[in-house]
Amino acid sequence: MTYTKLASASAIVLAATTLSTKANAEDLTLCWAAWDPANALVELSKEFEAESGHTMNFEFVPWPNFADRMLNELNSGGKLCDLLIGDSQWIGGGAENGHYVQLNDFFDAEGISMDDFAPATVYAYSTWPKGTPNYYALPAMGDANGWFYRKDWFENPEIQAAYKEATGQDLREPQSQKELLQIAQFFQGREIDGKTVYGAAIFTERGSEGITMGVTGALYPWGFKYENTPGSYDMEGAVNSPEAVEALEFYKEFYKTATPPGYTNSYMGESLDAFKSGQVAMAMNWFAFFPGLYADPNTGGDKIDFFVNPPQNQAGSTLGGQGISVVSYSDKQDAALEYIKWFAQPEVQAKWWELGGYSAHNSVLEDPGFVDSQPFAGDFLEAMAGVQDFWQEPAYAELLLAMQKRIHDYVVADQGTAQEALDLLIEDWTEVFEDEGKL
Amino acid sequence: MSDRTVDRVAQATPERVARKIRGLSDRAIAWIFISPTIFLLLAINIFPLIWTIQLSFTNYKANRIGREVKDVGLRNYERILTDSDTWLNMQATAHFLFWTIFFQVLIGFTLAWLINKKFKGNDLWTTIIVLPMMLSPAVVGNFWKFLYQPQIGLFNYIVSWFTGKDPSSFEMLGSVNLAPWAIVIVDTWMWTPFVMLICLAGLRSIPDYIYEAAEIDRASKLRQFFTITIPMVLPFLMLAVLFRGIENFKMFDLVVQLTGGGPGSVTELTSINLKREAFEKWRTGYASAYAIILFVTVFGLASIYVKALNKVKQR
Repeated sequence: MTYTKLASASAIVLAATTLSTKANAEDLTLCWAAWDPANALVELSKEFEAESGHTMNFEFVPWPNFADRMLNELNSGGKLCDLLIGDSQWIGGGAENGHYVQLNDFFDAEGISMDDFAPATVYAYSTWPKGTPNYYALPAMGDANGWFYRKDWFENPEIQAAYKEATGQDLREPQSQKELLQIAQFFQGREIDGKTVYGAAIFTERGSEGITMGVTGALYPWGFKYENTPGSYDMEGAVNSPEAVEALEFYKEFYKTATPPGYTNSYMGESLDAFKSGQVAMAMNWFAFFPGLYADPNTGGDKIDFFVNPPQNQAGSTLGGQGISVVSYSDKQDAALEYIKWFAQPEVQAKWWELGGYSAHNSVLEDPGFVDSQPFAGDFLEAMAGVQDFWQEPAYAELLLAMQKRIHDYVVADQGTAQEALDLLIEDWTEVFEDEGKL
Repeated sequence: MSDRTVDRVAQATPERVARKIRGLSDRAIAWIFISPTIFLLLAINIFPLIWTIQLSFTNYKANRIGREVKDVGLRNYERILTDSDTWLNMQATAHFLFWTIFFQVLIGFTLAWLINKKFKGNDLWTTIIVLPMMLSPAVVGNFWKFLYQPQIGLFNYIVSWFTGKDPSSFEMLGSVNLAPWAIVIVDTWMWTPFVMLICLAGLRSIPDYIYEAAEIDRASKLRQFFTITIPMVLPFLMLAVLFRGIENFKMFDLVVQLTGGGPGSVTELTSINLKREAFEKWRTGYASAYAIILFVTVFGLASIYVKALNKVKQR
């Protein structure tokens, strides 16, 4: 009898527990761009599903449409996404327009400290207004624009000799932007293994953010600044400084003399294709793609190596990467916050890096074995130390599209001079800030 | 039995409803029938138009709901009309519009004239020729992008075969000089069959006895062509031009797929710019003013054209 009672009681408790878990279990949707790290996140999130009982759904949108699709979703107050890994530039709009939930109280309650994450990533992905301790995202994916090259070609004695003869220098990983161009020009149109190859794949895409992300890879090392004094919006003399003009002319020369034919509207996908098809000696792209490139059976492994965006007047890399935010229109904010709490754990972050995601957690980045864990890990750390980001203002889309137009007009369409392009860019940006009431 | 509409309607409806209907006038019945259409027209066309006009005088941004909306008067219109980029977009649109219509009419009429000659396989050729216009513009844009690829594209190789130039020495989509022509070629390839079909309908509507009478009068073939064929096909041709003109003025999908408006902004047609302003930059007030300017332009030009068309028809 006692056993029967005990068994019944246990069954009731078990059933009640199961029911209670089922009752709290939610179907969460996480929105992000469709790219390699997103697949790693799907894999990683299986552990969260097992631990929490929640089900994770994913909405991944290809990069060229990602901003359009997601910003429309946020602007319309859509409930598609409970969690959003949004671009760093969206943080201002996300915070000011009330799209993202402010996470300070949650972080305090759960003991999540922003000091545990790399400062550059916290500043770029989480805070608004910039530099204030107001957090709207947890750094999810550290990223920067870097370079990769055909190591087997660079180590080929015949090619090395030809380079030495042509330039008087040794063929090596470029130590400056100008050396980068020199190497790219050397490879341009060269016959290798019976095939004509080209210098490098750079970003020239017009429609979304491509050419801006590419050209800032030259502007930042030359010392480009958005404002003379941060927060003042005084752009005259900063955006169109002599250094900025020189950097823009450099990027145009790079495009004209060292890229494959037809490379007029190219971004991440085209860069990867050009490299994997053996068309180019070097290519720029986001670190996020590097694990996949290293694993590529044809051009990865021993044939590839990586380097950080070379300095010129100073070190400087274009910031990529994103923070993870809870969407304020979601009906499942508690479950979404649970996911963030789980994701912030050091052991989950370690697994995230292992699977191909770029953790920004100090426990991962400061681990003694980190630099040797992947051939690009050291470069990633170096790049993250010198990153700069585009405007993160609520009107970022207007600012970005203005820059896309002015830069593409000059670099690809040969319209005007570099000085004129940057002067016009200041006019466009001034108009935007005037409309915003900031000037 | 009465012939009144109301009685005919009442006879076809159940008795209970019929009693109510019999009490209505013909005019009231007519209003009942057309009111859903009028309501839909007001809701879908007229209301948005009035709202757009109202928004065009404000600084409204659809992505900033909480932001104060200010009346800016004619500032949006002034900005648009004094912006040199607007005129460059208009220029690109005019180039696209003129040349696509020119080539489509020329080739479309020629094809229709040839197809109209009875020959073996006539129907098969008609089917083959109309295939391009059955495809989705997104698909057409994508595969022409491949055809124009300087290294592997078939188009470049064909040009190279005829001219002896290196295929990768020119970029149809990347060159500032060639890109405006590249989009003209694709649109012409896709929509010439449409013009051809309309011209074919026109050619087949000409009675044979007119040509027979001309033969009796010993009119030459050339004279028959210019005094019979062309004048009688002209209203059809003008209709085709009107359709293609309106369609191409708002061209978006095909060009976005092909060039995205580039290189630089040389193929940025007005509709592409409008979309950028409205749904990428979210300058709703400014984009509304832009839309109104485009609407007035198309509406004005189309009205003048329709008047001309009616005159031609009455001749």
